Amino acid sequence: MNSQITKLFAVIVLLFGVLIYFTSRWTVFSATALNDNALNSRPLIAQLRIKRGRILADDGTVLAKSVKAGHGTWGRTYPQGSLFSQAVGYSEPAAGDAAGLEVSQAKYLRGSPSSISALFGTTSTSTQVGDDVHTTLDPAAQKTARQALDGQAGSVVALNPRTGAVLAMYSNPTYDDNHPAPDKQCDAVGCLVNRAVSSAYPPGSTFKIVTATAAIDTGKYTPNSIVDGNSPVTVSGVPLSNDGNQSFGEISLTTALTYSVNTVWAPVAEHVGIRTMTEYMKRFGFYSKPPLDYPASEMRPSFVESPGGQAYPPGSADEDIGRIGIGQGGLLVTPLQMAMVASAVADDGKLMVPHLVASVIAPDGRTVTTIAPRLYHQVMSAKTAQEINLMMRTVVDEGTGTPAQLGNGIQFAGKTGTASVGPTGLGETQPWFIGFAPANDPKVAVAVDLERSDSGLSGGQVAAPIAKDVVQTLLSEGK
Amino acid sequence: MSARNRELMGLLPASLLITAGFAGVFIQRKSELTNVSLTYGAIFLGLCLAAHVFIRITLPHADPYLFPLVSVLASFGLVMIYRISSDDARQQAQWFVIGLLLFAATVIVFRDYRKLEQYRYVIVSVSLVLLILPRVPGLGEQVNGAYLGVRIPGTSGIQPTEFSKVGLVVFLASYLRDTRQVMVQGARRVLGITIPSLKHFGPVLVIWGMAMAILFLLSDIGSSLMFYGALLAMLYVATGRLSFVVVGLVAFGLGAWFLGTHIPHVHARFEDWQHPFEPKIYNAVLGSYQLANGLFAQAAGGVFGQGFGQSILTTASGSPLIPEPQTDMIYAVITSELGLFGAVGVLLTYLLFVYRGFKVAILARDSFSKLLATGLSAVFALQVFVIVGGVTKAIPLTGVTLPFISYGGASIIANFVLLALLLLVSDRARRPVVRT
Repeated sequence: MNSQITKLFAVIVLLFGVLIYFTSRWTVFSATALNDNALNSRPLIAQLRIKRGRILADDGTVLAKSVKAGHGTWGRTYPQGSLFSQAVGYSEPAAGDAAGLEVSQAKYLRGSPSSISALFGTTSTSTQVGDDVHTTLDPAAQKTARQALDGQAGSVVALNPRTGAVLAMYSNPTYDDNHPAPDKQCDAVGCLVNRAVSSAYPPGSTFKIVTATAAIDTGKYTPNSIVDGNSPVTVSGVPLSNDGNQSFGEISLTTALTYSVNTVWAPVAEHVGIRTMTEYMKRFGFYSKPPLDYPASEMRPSFVESPGGQAYPPGSADEDIGRIGIGQGGLLVTPLQMAMVASAVADDGKLMVPHLVASVIAPDGRTVTTIAPRLYHQVMSAKTAQEINLMMRTVVDEGTGTPAQLGNGIQFAGKTGTASVGPTGLGETQPWFIGFAPANDPKVAVAVDLERSDSGLSGGQVAAPIAKDVVQTLLSEGK
Repeated sequence: MSARNRELMGLLPASLLITAGFAGVFIQRKSELTNVSLTYGAIFLGLCLAAHVFIRITLPHADPYLFPLVSVLASFGLVMIYRISSDDARQQAQWFVIGLLLFAATVIVFRDYRKLEQYRYVIVSVSLVLLILPRVPGLGEQVNGAYLGVRIPGTSGIQPTEFSKVGLVVFLASYLRDTRQVMVQGARRVLGITIPSLKHFGPVLVIWGMAMAILFLLSDIGSSLMFYGALLAMLYVATGRLSFVVVGLVAFGLGAWFLGTHIPHVHARFEDWQHPFEPKIYNAVLGSYQLANGLFAQAAGGVFGQGFGQSILTTASGSPLIPEPQTDMIYAVITSELGLFGAVGVLLTYLLFVYRGFKVAILARDSFSKLLATGLSAVFALQVFVIVGGVTKAIPLTGVTLPFISYGGASIIANFVLLALLLLVSDRARRPVVRT
């Protein structure tokens, strides 16, 4: 019987081999497939069990925090609601949905088990606590932006030109990030869309700052170059005229900017040429998604579209560079991009990487990371920047941008824009204003746009006062 | 070193394991080490020492490794159950004490275990009645579609099949000892296959029928496989005829196939097994939810596990993510927390126990003792195979406990009786022959 017993034991060993094989199959060979299986609720529960870190404004105002949801899980609330929802976003693990900083900063907000407890699982506390993300956003500026927009669709972006810190980022229509599932009405107007970074519009005359930069920085023009301000002129075989077909005669390039003379800037852009214009646009950040610490999937680059709605490759010979030079001709830009244009001029031609995050602080008070200012591109020489700065001051002092005047001896350097949008002949406009202040020591760069004014209002009339309010708020806080 | 001193040394790993384990749970719960964990470890160690002294006195020659292996499994189980539910662990500790008492009682009452043979028909009758109990209306309870438990007020139910397991092995050992010769001699060869005569093979057929009945009445594929596998193992060791095993396996396969395709609730179990990740089957009542979540838990464990106390056991609404984590699915929890390494460690501990069990059978000097030790070891091994195989989707899942580890009073008591019988056989086998 003993030999049978030995053989029987061999069979048992074989059976245990089967058990080890199947255990390895699930723990090793098919583990990834099982972890990713749609029926597997473990990843979701694991997410819900993490106490995500807070998101805070620059003055410590809590923008997002985790609250106990029972059974060891955590939910998310946004005490400031719609005021910051576009920038902060939301996190809805149960719906598999998230947006904004909640996505781009997820790595920090989730935190990670310390390396020691990862090795010895027993010694860790059961709750994983994430790091706090401190942003550069200013609550007072956000409130001013919301108040000044007064419900109109549009965006306000304010940057610190020296550091690239985003001081304000507000857009309408907005939503309450405590309830990110939009109702029908909200959905119809795209309330979840952060227009500041993911919607693009014709920039109109604000783009003349880019054209002027290319013209002066290449040495082809100076602020005092005398140019022909008569209307109309022929651009790409089609007549182009000034507002009200006004002729200005022989004027300086500075005056042409002060009064936003289309019939000067279109030929200037043609003279500078497609290749050079494209080169300067790239330096300003066009043709790339903004280097902002925000989810790439929620941002879009600024570029030129053909009449058929296709993106032209950068520098395409098919572009109507004259009309692009005045911010039309299929050019589509994001409000953040135009704030970056103002910021580069303000900071002696240095374009800083824009960022929403100031620092990340661990629950134990340790600083995980601090975002240092980084140069994105040296767009133009400091001399050119100074010359453009002076030209932009005349716009607010005596030109199309007078409603932006700050008073108190503080000079605002700016540029208005009133792009034609919608079907031709209806006179719908896209009002813009970009600029920076104080002009002699820039601390704030700003871009404001309003989406489609049916009554054809100009950037100077409606966008400039909003920019003024936001800049005043920020300067009064000592920003 | 004498056998008993080796046994004493063998208890060290168990006591270290349980102290470290409880300390681990406490640190994780309270972020600090309390002396309660050491108390738990000390009490458990005291119980093991008492049992060791008892064995030293009553069974001085018994195998020195079986009891320490059981201590390792039981202490590991206790820590694991404590991590899942501290209330259950307290009950389990009580059952552990009762199990030790019954272990001592078995050793004392059946000091000459060969007298069990006299009661073999009583034993088999009681075992069969116990098997049917869960199906008796008002007495049994249905768990996941299978009738496995008997309600007893004040407890969370008793699984009588655990006792039937031991009883049937005792009966078969005795019956096969008597008939193993005639079964072979009275056999005829038909088409090259040796078929024993119906007269002697009859009781074996009865057990085949019983296995089918378990499958049909209790829809318990696991228990059915466990009993029937033990029968075939003992039949093979008793007769040395592989053909008996082959015929037996074919008969079982045909029966299982027939029931699996014709009885809806058995068929459903097969479907759960084959397609656990089909959303329709996953979401069905008594569907594959439990199996699938057991597999997800194992996948989360990976090679080294998530760490003790780190596996997710409750959903966001607070219900158990894996149903029955402390009984049927405890292997999935172990794998989830300790990974492939921990799981293989547990399996190897079981294999060592079975190895020592077969060693007892080989050393035993008479057929009854050999068959008894073989049967007890085989049924123990098959129980591990049935539940671990079920949880790892090697075979359809049925609720059988993982011996000494799973929560369950009947299981721990019955397995202590099994251990007592093995040690009794071992003590007799290894006793030096005294010449007078």
